[in-house]
Amino acid sequence: MAYVVDRKSLSLSERFYIPQILAGMKVTMRHLFSKTVTLQYPEQRPVIPPGYRGVPTLVKDPHGREKCVSCQLCEFVCPPKAIRITPGEVPADQPERAHVEKGPKAFDIDMLRCIYCGLCQEVCPEEAIFLQNQYSMTGYTRAEMVNDKARLYELGGTLPDQHFKWDKKKDAAEHGNAH
Amino acid sequence: MNKLIEIWLGLDPLLKAVIKGLCVIGVIFPIGGACSLVERKVSAWMQGRPGPNRAMPFWFAWVPILGPFLQRLGAFHLMADGLKMFFKEDPVPGHVNKFYFLLAPVVAMIPALTTICAVPFGGYVDGSGHVVPLMLANVDVGLLAVFAVSSLGVYALILAGWASNSKYPFLGGIRASAQLISYELSMTLAVIPVFLWINAPGMTGSLSLARAVEFQSQPGFLGGMWFIFIMPISAIVFLVSLFAETNRLPFDMAEGEADLVGGFHTEYGSMKWGLFFVAEYGHMMVGSAVFILLFLGGWNPLPWVPLADVAAWLHLADKPILLGLLSIVIFIGKVLAFIFLFMWVRWTVPRFRYDQVMKLGWQKLLPLAIGNLVFYVLAVAIRQLDLGTLAWAALAAGTIVAAWVALAFPKKPSTL
Repeated sequence: MAYVVDRKSLSLSERFYIPQILAGMKVTMRHLFSKTVTLQYPEQRPVIPPGYRGVPTLVKDPHGREKCVSCQLCEFVCPPKAIRITPGEVPADQPERAHVEKGPKAFDIDMLRCIYCGLCQEVCPEEAIFLQNQYSMTGYTRAEMVNDKARLYELGGTLPDQHFKWDKKKDAAEHGNAH
Repeated sequence: MNKLIEIWLGLDPLLKAVIKGLCVIGVIFPIGGACSLVERKVSAWMQGRPGPNRAMPFWFAWVPILGPFLQRLGAFHLMADGLKMFFKEDPVPGHVNKFYFLLAPVVAMIPALTTICAVPFGGYVDGSGHVVPLMLANVDVGLLAVFAVSSLGVYALILAGWASNSKYPFLGGIRASAQLISYELSMTLAVIPVFLWINAPGMTGSLSLARAVEFQSQPGFLGGMWFIFIMPISAIVFLVSLFAETNRLPFDMAEGEADLVGGFHTEYGSMKWGLFFVAEYGHMMVGSAVFILLFLGGWNPLPWVPLADVAAWLHLADKPILLGLLSIVIFIGKVLAFIFLFMWVRWTVPRFRYDQVMKLGWQKLLPLAIGNLVFYVLAVAIRQLDLGTLAWAALAAGTIVAAWVALAFPKKPSTL
């Protein structure tokens, strides 16, 4: 329903305008002497809150083992098609992980395409890909802006993990009760 | 030292005038440039930012305390800005009228630097105990000369707007001219009472600004009183008009970025643009100097404390050079404080709408200035003809009635 907004007429001091300006000038003068609220960016970095969606990275489990099994779900879900995975087998020098069967041979995320949506992290069944707190990606060439596997692990590091899914699977298989 | 003075006194008067003029310009131009940095810093501080604090020649970082301090103060941004202005590519758009386009910044600079001629900026006490003003030309037309020349500054804006052959500068130029015409009236009317007060009828009158300061340095309660206390309304009207005349916010219609891109200087770049800005600061300086001379006692440090007294306390009366320097320092200090006021207001008050500017000028300030003038005409007449208490009472009653009539019947809720 239409209604009429009651416009208050100006008070005398408002009509004189000068007291209002002086009040404003008092405010700006107070700000003149108050502390600055800005950050001297390259020297001072902002505190990144937990849950921040920064650059997507690959993480290792607490034993330092690769978590990604190259299922390519992230590649399929990625809306801008920024992720390219070349699947491969688990390298022969990691016999204790042989039962995992697959691992990425190459894993590239093109940060010029990435939109930081976090769907890859959400879809990953292995909790191997995380959007972490790095917020500034720069490079001089397009090639530099593509994070390869080594770089992704370097950025990702190790995150705490309670599941150790493949260890449990291996245990179960050895005790004869594979689900 | 004495030899230097002798050489100086032996010089041709024309040469002396040129040297003095160059000295004054040599002070104004750098201050005008420095104001741009101060403006950036003040705005930053008021907005909770540190402001420009990066630029520094690399070797200056080795100077222990001074280096980082000057860097934080942004002192080198001043030079960086200046260098940028000088060495930037200087484009002249193809569609402009080249002659007038190049002429406009020059025309902007000329009045800004010329008006300082009639503005005294200090004084010293001569052998007979008189305060002699320091100025380039102590002419009797004084203030008239300042007004006449400084209002030429608007031609630069119109010229720039028109020669740019582009719509936004054109609108900016038109707005500038309309605004200047509107506020010049109130400004001049606001100043008349000061000179009515100074110049007794039947005597030789003077519009010299030095005379106004001299008048505010007299002994006694009324003699040492600055005009801002005697004529507050005049001072306010003059101040507001000054903001409008110098095209400062809240009156910078001519360059309102929000609606006119850059206003009259949209098509200008590099040093030509810089000249406009130095000219604007030059106008601000001369404007604030005039305000200080008329209403804030010129080079007298405090109300009721004239320079001559200070000279007597500090035993400087027989050292004209030191006293002159002291008075100049006081005066420039006041001018800088006033320029800070300009900036303070600029970063406080939002820009008026164009119709509000016109309304304020014609419907508010002009009647106020006229009423103020009438009041002081009567007051001066009563005072100088000794008409007695009854006349004063009548004047007071008349003023109250007039103020009540003006304020009690607002036509409609004002949007201003």
